[in-house]
Amino acid sequence: MFDLELTEEQQLVRDTVASFAQNEIRPIARDSDESGTIPQGVIDQGFELGLIHSALPEAQGGYGEERSAVTGAIVAEELAWGDASIAMHLLAPRLVAYPVADGGTKGQREQVLPRFTKGFHAATAAVVEPRFDFDTSRFETAAKRENGSYVLNGHKCFVPLAEDSDLILVLAQEGETQAGFLVERGAAGLTVLEREKNMGFKPLSTNEITLENVKVSADARLGGDDGFDVARMVNLGRVGLAGLAVGLARGAFDFACEYAKERTAFGVPIAQKQAIAFILADMAIEVDASRLLTWEAAAKLDKGQDASREAYRAKRYAANAALKIADNAVQVLGGHGYVRDFPVELWFRNARGFASFDGTTIV
Amino acid sequence: MIDFELSQKVQAQKDLIRSLAEGAMRPISREFDEREHEKPWDFLKMMWDVSRGQSMTGENSREDPEAAKKSGPRENTLTAAITIEELSWGDAGLYLTIPNPGLGGAAVSAAGTPEQKKRFLTPFESGEPKWAAMAITEPHCGSDSAALQTTAVRDGDDWVLNGTKIFCTSGQMAAEKSDGFVVVWATVDKEAGRAGIKSFVVPAHTDGMSVIKVENKLGIRASDTAMLVFEDCHIPADNVLGSAEVAKSTEGFKGAMATFDATRPLVAASALGIGQASLDLAREELEKRGRPIRYGISDASLTAMESDFIDAESDLHAARLLTWRAAWMMDRGQRNNLEASMAKAKAGLAVTLATQKAIELMGPLGYSRKMLLEKWMRDAKINDIFEGTQQINMLIVARRILGYSSKELS
Repeated sequence: MFDLELTEEQQLVRDTVASFAQNEIRPIARDSDESGTIPQGVIDQGFELGLIHSALPEAQGGYGEERSAVTGAIVAEELAWGDASIAMHLLAPRLVAYPVADGGTKGQREQVLPRFTKGFHAATAAVVEPRFDFDTSRFETAAKRENGSYVLNGHKCFVPLAEDSDLILVLAQEGETQAGFLVERGAAGLTVLEREKNMGFKPLSTNEITLENVKVSADARLGGDDGFDVARMVNLGRVGLAGLAVGLARGAFDFACEYAKERTAFGVPIAQKQAIAFILADMAIEVDASRLLTWEAAAKLDKGQDASREAYRAKRYAANAALKIADNAVQVLGGHGYVRDFPVELWFRNARGFASFDGTTIV
Repeated sequence: MIDFELSQKVQAQKDLIRSLAEGAMRPISREFDEREHEKPWDFLKMMWDVSRGQSMTGENSREDPEAAKKSGPRENTLTAAITIEELSWGDAGLYLTIPNPGLGGAAVSAAGTPEQKKRFLTPFESGEPKWAAMAITEPHCGSDSAALQTTAVRDGDDWVLNGTKIFCTSGQMAAEKSDGFVVVWATVDKEAGRAGIKSFVVPAHTDGMSVIKVENKLGIRASDTAMLVFEDCHIPADNVLGSAEVAKSTEGFKGAMATFDATRPLVAASALGIGQASLDLAREELEKRGRPIRYGISDASLTAMESDFIDAESDLHAARLLTWRAAWMMDRGQRNNLEASMAKAKAGLAVTLATQKAIELMGPLGYSRKMLLEKWMRDAKINDIFEGTQQINMLIVARRILGYSSKELS
């Protein structure tokens, strides 16, 4: 039955994460963008909120709370309202932890999941490949079975936290199937290239990686011979990115509204001019539209249904909307939107990233 | 709990109306576009027989919290939105002319006393087909409803109305061709501005009310849009909806405007149906020609056609979710003024653009009257205009998010 009421638990999660974003993330967002680093204290505090391990099984040291893509989208929105890069950093370990929890063999769960329960632990997934026509329907990174083990070859980019990660989940094409491989950082043939320099998402450390005849055992194949549901991981990733885009957009919208009500021109606040007011109204509509599309995909995933169309739509829509909203926020602030004293240009740069990432944040 | 799946009951209604739209509306769609000012009486009588006593505008849906506790959540407005989307998928012009309490009924529901609701709405449960209409717009004012000049003067036990109303949907059917009624907005005290504006129920065939013109229009031609003149039109004193007193505040006017909170999501729903019809047909034709729309691939791999189609479809679906939200809030008795305007503004624009895009995608075929796409583009545009233009709804959204009064932001 159609319903838009959050559960009490979701409201609590939203409020908790929102206050963390406002009090801890937002104040450091500009410095983090300039320096390309995130204070360890904030990362630790984020971990303490249970962002990673609360939904991991109790058997492996998690709290065993129920996983929900809707809750994940809410968390992503609130964190990204604070700062999208820091949000991505805090959530990155999910890229390994959740697929292993969902689709790993018993051995893989026991081996991998406990790493995530004692403190922030860097681990990541390598999904995106450096080519203009990349999409998740076919990876060029290839896995070949040879004498009971697998040989991986390929090139990945936008791999968050790759430098610090001890474990990388590499998505690869195995003939007509897609599979994931748990590659330990020290594996021979795995090279983590220098940190990427991107237009935005500067606090988030990302790298290209190359795999040259990287040999992993059959045990490294996520889910063993049965494999795991790569499409579902991609869909969850898209919902996560959409949630982040909504949060960024809402942050830009909030800021533009406040500014427009204070800034006066010709004797009245510029918000009282239709030229500005209509831009703000459009922002409000698009933030809500993006959120509803995101929740729709998430709710369908929570029911275990195929939500490929919905997740794709949500991510595409929210990414485009976030860029347009951030662009408009710069416009509302005029010259002040263009200078780095204000956060708006930062959001504009970050917003452009959502269209370029895919399958890289999971809810 | 967040859930976008329709209840079984609503889904069943959706399926039912879809088959009705396919079977009974599409076959006569072109005919009653071309034969403007004629009515598809067989269809109208059939619809009256199957829907009599039920309102498509979901009135009475402002939830009584006590009743809600007993009966569980109600979905009247959401059901209405789904029904209207499917009817409009069939044909928006035909949908608009289905005998029904319509907008006039929505006004009675929103502002009338229990006695008035009973008196005016019960006749819609039996007898011959009836229509009710809402007359607000005047030749010199549309969006600025507060500037209206039609007057209502008390004369003994009567109110006497004088003025001219235009663009009254189903006005002819409500005033002359059935035993329905027209709800007329008029001022009882011009000095009082908005506070002086009241709504009055004028029963069909009342002396002094006449239809002097039925508009020729771009689209929704199966629906009559009337110009009504009121010349010393006498109606009983208790036909004023709500209180006749001119309050110091503008609460009464706000109450009247609140009718729009109920009707705007439903106009948005109609827009969705037309847009969906256009995209469904375009997709089908493209598939027939071996050009299916592909989802989930990189932007660089999408054709321009696919990219445009997906964007139009996404915009329309975003409008659908905004519409459902506004309807859902109405069903829960929550104030949805902001959300109703968001839905209406988004849906009106989305359908305007989606129908144009569908024609473009069909090349020369799309422009031909052999297909219904050109009709749908013409029909679609009204949703960007009536029940508040896109711009008026954007203004309302802006006021609400910024906390401005209509004086502060106009």
